[in-house]
Amino acid sequence: MEILTAIKRVPETGAKVSLTEDRTDIDTTSLGFTISPHEECAVEEGVQLVEEQGGNVTALTMGSPEATEQLREAIAMGADDGILVETDGEKRGPVATAKAIADEVDAADADFDLLVFGNESADSANHHVGVRVAEELGLPAVTGIKELDLDGNTLVAEREIPGGAEVFEVDLPAVVTVKEGLNDPRYPSMRAKMQARKASVDTVAAESYDDGLELVELEVPETDDSAAEILGDSPEAAGEAVDVLEELEVV
Amino acid sequence: MVLTYVEYDDGGVDDVSLEALTLARDVADAEGESLEAIAFGADAEGVAAELGAHGVASLTTVDHGDLDGYAPEGYARAIVQYAEESGAGTVIAPGTDRGAETLSHVAAKLDETMAAEVTDVDVGDAYEITRQRWGGTLIEHAELHADTNLLTVAANELSAADTGGDPAAVSTFTPDLQPSDLRVKLDRVEESDAEGIPLAEARVVVSGGRGTDGDFSEIDALAERVPNAAVGSSRAAVNEGWRPHDDQIGQTGNKIAPELYVPCGISGAVQHMVGCKGAENILAINTDPEAAIMQKADYAIVADLHETAPAIAEELEARGHAE
Repeated sequence: MEILTAIKRVPETGAKVSLTEDRTDIDTTSLGFTISPHEECAVEEGVQLVEEQGGNVTALTMGSPEATEQLREAIAMGADDGILVETDGEKRGPVATAKAIADEVDAADADFDLLVFGNESADSANHHVGVRVAEELGLPAVTGIKELDLDGNTLVAEREIPGGAEVFEVDLPAVVTVKEGLNDPRYPSMRAKMQARKASVDTVAAESYDDGLELVELEVPETDDSAAEILGDSPEAAGEAVDVLEELEVV
Repeated sequence: MVLTYVEYDDGGVDDVSLEALTLARDVADAEGESLEAIAFGADAEGVAAELGAHGVASLTTVDHGDLDGYAPEGYARAIVQYAEESGAGTVIAPGTDRGAETLSHVAAKLDETMAAEVTDVDVGDAYEITRQRWGGTLIEHAELHADTNLLTVAANELSAADTGGDPAAVSTFTPDLQPSDLRVKLDRVEESDAEGIPLAEARVVVSGGRGTDGDFSEIDALAERVPNAAVGSSRAAVNEGWRPHDDQIGQTGNKIAPELYVPCGISGAVQHMVGCKGAENILAINTDPEAAIMQKADYAIVADLHETAPAIAEELEARGHAE
């Protein structure tokens, strides 16, 4: 089967964020880049499905030429090849991103059976690129998926709800957006990383589209960093802790 | 008119939908427009009184045999048709999986953009919106240029204020659906075999991180002592294989909003705090007085969780708080 996984180059998650002087971007001078966590799971799932069923996994990203680094990460994890939809560093919103990705899927040599996206990117969290690509291509989409199986030509996908899961069954070809927890992404071996450096990555230019959501500026929110009331420095503070639980009326 | 997609169950309107109505009401008031709601499924009219109390003037229930179960494209088609027929200039959805999914389809079908994770709107020729990025560790100010403004509201950010209005007037709407609108339908719901209270519903969450060294027995025992409590974990504990991902609290895990959160042996990394920022109170147990969690918590005990958690459980029992 032919699988496409769409990934995004994002600054390392978990890092303390500061902004550029014009406040329109994250200052990445001291940050590394990575694949967004949900999308690492998208790559892993694609690779596992192909390991089971045979076929080919293509990793696709849209962005600057530097995003080739993340395509090579995906290839080191087991993807067969990569496509960079190049933007020359120009920022694209979710509408423009989805249309350009759909263009490339249409133009690609492969007929993809399954397109796997992260549910939302770690940085901009727009939530709708996967669905929009599906709508552009006339494919069904299931989102927020944390368990995925194939039953012949049917995708069986589960989404978590409190106390259980919603199950959707959709015929391929289809688009799925996944969340972390779907699987445990593998750490590529050094050998795989070395081989990925030599793998072929196609580069195509992204068409321009209007977006409609125009960034004005970013802001790091103020947080209440007043120190906690220290109840004690030994287990003997258990009494004070239970006083707090009683005051809050949770026991 | 401002149209809000709402979700409900046997217990009434979903909390995140009520939060979305708080923003929707502000937008409707600022524009001098009416606030309407749209809901799907049997007995939707049963929530008319609750919606009215949150400022909704009228509720449209969607009546179509093919939409007796959740179908994201079918829901979206119905919303698009109703919005076009009724002249809705703004459509708002709660920041839930279904809300984001349905409104994404609405956006694509209308060829409009959508602003997700919104917390505030300044109404003008273009909407000046405030939205969350990086799970709320970064705020984006943006202008939304659209013929129909489409927004999802960030969960657990706005209070669901009751304004005490009359019950919403109820009417029904029957959309014209095509087979392509029904390719994705909820097939079934499977109940989890996990015991206990789901993290999202727990009043108290006791959580363990790297400081547990993989031993969650004291954390489990403490949670068992507290009514309506659940056990969570940090990403570090999940990465070590000590807990399943389903227990993870954080940006890419569960987002919780309990009355009390008790992180034990958790340093308080940014991504973890994103998951528990809805907590009303935090009581941290950690050996490191310099840990970031000490600036985020309301109360703290600077001590070993392996000794402190059992001591708290014993004290609860001694005071008759036995579960």
